[in-house]
Amino acid sequence: MSAPTPVESYEVLYTRLQKVVASLEQGELPLAEALILYEQGVRLAADCQRLLDHAELRVQQLQSGEPASDLEA
Amino acid sequence: MHEALSITEVTAYLGELLESHPLFSDLWLTGELSEFKRHAPSGHCYFSLKDEGALLRGVMWKRDAARLAALPRSGDLVLAHGRLAFYSPRGELQIYVDAILPAGVGLLYARFEELKARLEADGLFSAERKRPLPALPRRIALVTAPGGAALQDMLNILRRRCPLVEVLIAPCLVQGERAPDSIVEALYRAYGAGVDLVILARGGGAPEDLWAFNDEAVARAVFASPVPLISGVGHETDTTIVDYVADVRAPTPSSAAELAVPELAELYGLVAEAQSRMTVAVYADLADRRAELYQATRRIERHAPLRRLGRDRQQVDDLARRMERAVSTAAALRQVNLRGLAGRLEALSPLATLARGYAVARRADTGQVVTAPAHASPGVQLQITLRDGELVATVETPVRGTPAEKRRP
Repeated sequence: MSAPTPVESYEVLYTRLQKVVASLEQGELPLAEALILYEQGVRLAADCQRLLDHAELRVQQLQSGEPASDLEA
Repeated sequence: MHEALSITEVTAYLGELLESHPLFSDLWLTGELSEFKRHAPSGHCYFSLKDEGALLRGVMWKRDAARLAALPRSGDLVLAHGRLAFYSPRGELQIYVDAILPAGVGLLYARFEELKARLEADGLFSAERKRPLPALPRRIALVTAPGGAALQDMLNILRRRCPLVEVLIAPCLVQGERAPDSIVEALYRAYGAGVDLVILARGGGAPEDLWAFNDEAVARAVFASPVPLISGVGHETDTTIVDYVADVRAPTPSSAAELAVPELAELYGLVAEAQSRMTVAVYADLADRRAELYQATRRIERHAPLRRLGRDRQQVDDLARRMERAVSTAAALRQVNLRGLAGRLEALSPLATLARGYAVARRADTGQVVTAPAHASPGVQLQITLRDGELVATVETPVRGTPAEKRRP
C-alpha cells in the first residue's frame, strides 16, 4: 500500500491549493510573487478537478479465512 | 412360532417404519434442552430433549446447526423440528433435529438484553468514545457477505457518490453458527489493511438471521476497531448490539455507504470556492496597489515645483497683506496720537490766551511784536490782535514798567 490512493493525491493537491489561497488572502506578497502563486493555484485547481473527473472506484478483495464455497452460500 | 430374526433385521425394520410414518418423519416437539454439546471437531451437536416424564436423545448435524441464529444452551425451552430414527449401533431411538427455535418469544430477547446491559456496563456504548467519521476517507473496508445484495448496494452508492475512494472487501459469513467467528476474523483483517473507515453491513432478514450481530465477540471486535466504524445491519427497524458499539449507526447498508463519503459535487464545490477566493484575493491585491499608486501620485503632485511656486507666491501675498495691515494700523495709531497732540497744542496756542482777554500788539509797519514800551514810540501804529478780530491803534504815551515785570521778584 505504498502508492498513494486517489484521495491522498487529491488531498495533496487540495491542501496546496488551500495554502495558495491563504497566502493570497494574506495579501502581503510582492506583486510578481502573488501572480506566480495565482498561476500555481489555477493549475492546482485544474488538477484537482481533473482528478475528480477521472475518478473510478477501486475495489479489492481481501483474502478470506472462509472457503469460497461457504461464502457464496 | 416365527422364524428368529437378527438384531439388524429388527432395527432395520423399525427404521423403515419410523421413516415411512407421516408423523415421525416430520415432527415438531417441545421440551427442555439438556446435555447440549457441540462436538468441536465435527461441528455436530448432541443433546437430550426432555419433559417431566420422558427423555429423547437428539442430534443436529453441523450443516443444520450452522443455520442457527444462536447456539442453544442446556436448560433452554425449545421448539425442535426433525424426524425420528432408530440408531442401531446403540439401540437408541433418536430425533434428528434440523431446526431449533427458542420456545417463547422472550428467550432471544432476554439474552439480547442481558448482553446489552453487560456491554453497556463495560463502556462499549459510551458516547465519549464515538469517533467522528473522516471527512473524506481514503480507503474503506466493507466487512460483509461477498455475494450479498448489501455489498452491491454499497458499491453502487460509493461509485456514484465518491469514486475517488478505494474499497477493500473483507468477506465473511453473516449468518449461521460460524458467522460470529467469521465476522471477527474479517474485522481484524480489515483493521490490518490500513483503512481509515470500516463498514460492517448485512442486508435485512429475520431477527434470527441478524443474530451474529448480537454476539459478544463480534461486539468486542467492533469496539476494538482502530478507526471509525459504521454499522449498517438489516432494515431501519432492526437494532443489534453492534449498532450500539459502532461509532455511527446507519439504518441500512446503503445509508452506511452514504454516510461514509461526501458527494463528489461537494469536492467540486470546494475547489471552485478555493479558486474564486484566490481570484478575489488577487483582484483585491491589485485594487489595493492601484489605490496606493493613486495616493503616491497625489503625494508627488503635492511636492511638485509648480505647486511650491504657488505656495511661495501665496506666502509672499500673505506677507504683503500682513505688512499692509501693520502699516495701516501704525497710521491709525499715529492719527490717534496726533489728535491728542493737537489738543495739547491748542491749549498752548496764543489764541487761547487771547480768548482769556489778552491781546497781542505788533508794529503795523514791521509786524514786530511789541513786548516793551520802548518798542514803540508815540505815533507808531500798532496792530492789536484780539480774540475776535484786530484793532489798529496809535501809540500816545509810553508808560514805564509793565504789570508782568512788576510781578517778577
